[in-house]
Amino acid sequence: MATSDIGDIQVAERALQHHFADMEQQRDTSSFGMWMFLLTEIMFFGGLFCAYLVYRASYYQAFVEGSQKMNIVLGATNTAVLICSSLTMALGVRAAQMGKPKLMVILLLITILFGFGFLGIKAVEYHEHWENHEFPGPNFHFETGNPAHPASDPQHTQIYFSLYWAMTGLHALHMVIGIGLVAWLVIAGLMGAYTPHYYNPVENVGLYWHFVDLVWIYLFPMLYLISKKHGV
Amino acid sequence: MQETTESVGHIVPAKLYVTIWAILMAMTITTVLVARADIGPFNVVVALVIATIKATLVVLFFMHLRYSPKLTMATVVAAMFFLFLLLGLTMTDYLTRAWLTNPGY
Repeated sequence: MATSDIGDIQVAERALQHHFADMEQQRDTSSFGMWMFLLTEIMFFGGLFCAYLVYRASYYQAFVEGSQKMNIVLGATNTAVLICSSLTMALGVRAAQMGKPKLMVILLLITILFGFGFLGIKAVEYHEHWENHEFPGPNFHFETGNPAHPASDPQHTQIYFSLYWAMTGLHALHMVIGIGLVAWLVIAGLMGAYTPHYYNPVENVGLYWHFVDLVWIYLFPMLYLISKKHGV
Repeated sequence: MQETTESVGHIVPAKLYVTIWAILMAMTITTVLVARADIGPFNVVVALVIATIKATLVVLFFMHLRYSPKLTMATVVAAMFFLFLLLGLTMTDYLTRAWLTNPGY
């Protein structure tokens, strides 16, 4: 144990950049930097959420009709998949903190599997929407509930689908980047880069992963569960 | 400063993570079930309240905010403040436009 401790401290010493006083300061600084980045990410997604709120307030009925084309079972499954991936990610960070690199690698690989599971389910949904002409553009086609008394303008439902594709698409892009980052942690972890004294990258990628989960926690009710009631 | 050899952050018990996970899963099922019922304007209220509780749990425990320095907490508060400015001030415009065209509305 003592020899591995000395090894850990040597890895940590190599990881300490010269402009930091000690490992603790370096760790706090890197964590603060990650949170500042996540703040900008919140404002990045916030712009889309803002557009969503404005158009939802203006064309509520059209948004209800658009949301009724969503597959709630797949959406809820994906929410569950992301929550499970967040658990394995959190446990992975914990394994790194406790100096169990093998356990960390296994948990991160499971996290990656959940990530691909999410993207796979999302791809099934995207395919369905594409086949049903629910992609904004010249091929967009939308029938309102009762053509004799259209409750909403299909053009307004197109705005709903524009936001749906933009928001879930941007989220999916974050998932792809997240999977890439976790894969990098797996490789570095296998090479013994992380010890209980130095695991900042694991912690920060964990923060990123949970943030992406967080965005979906809001996207799911806002896009899928607007209203059960069908427009009159 | 006081810790000389340890630079390890707070280690959360695995049991707590699993508990948080179970709560998040239960709330996901709840939000879907509630959405199936028609409770008028409360559908959106319930959905957003549940989402916010879930988000809070993720930030506090999975993202370790509960065990983080005050600077991190200030960053999160700043993020929420600016998001509120963006969404809140925009909606004060869009939600009140009808007042001008429909006096007394």
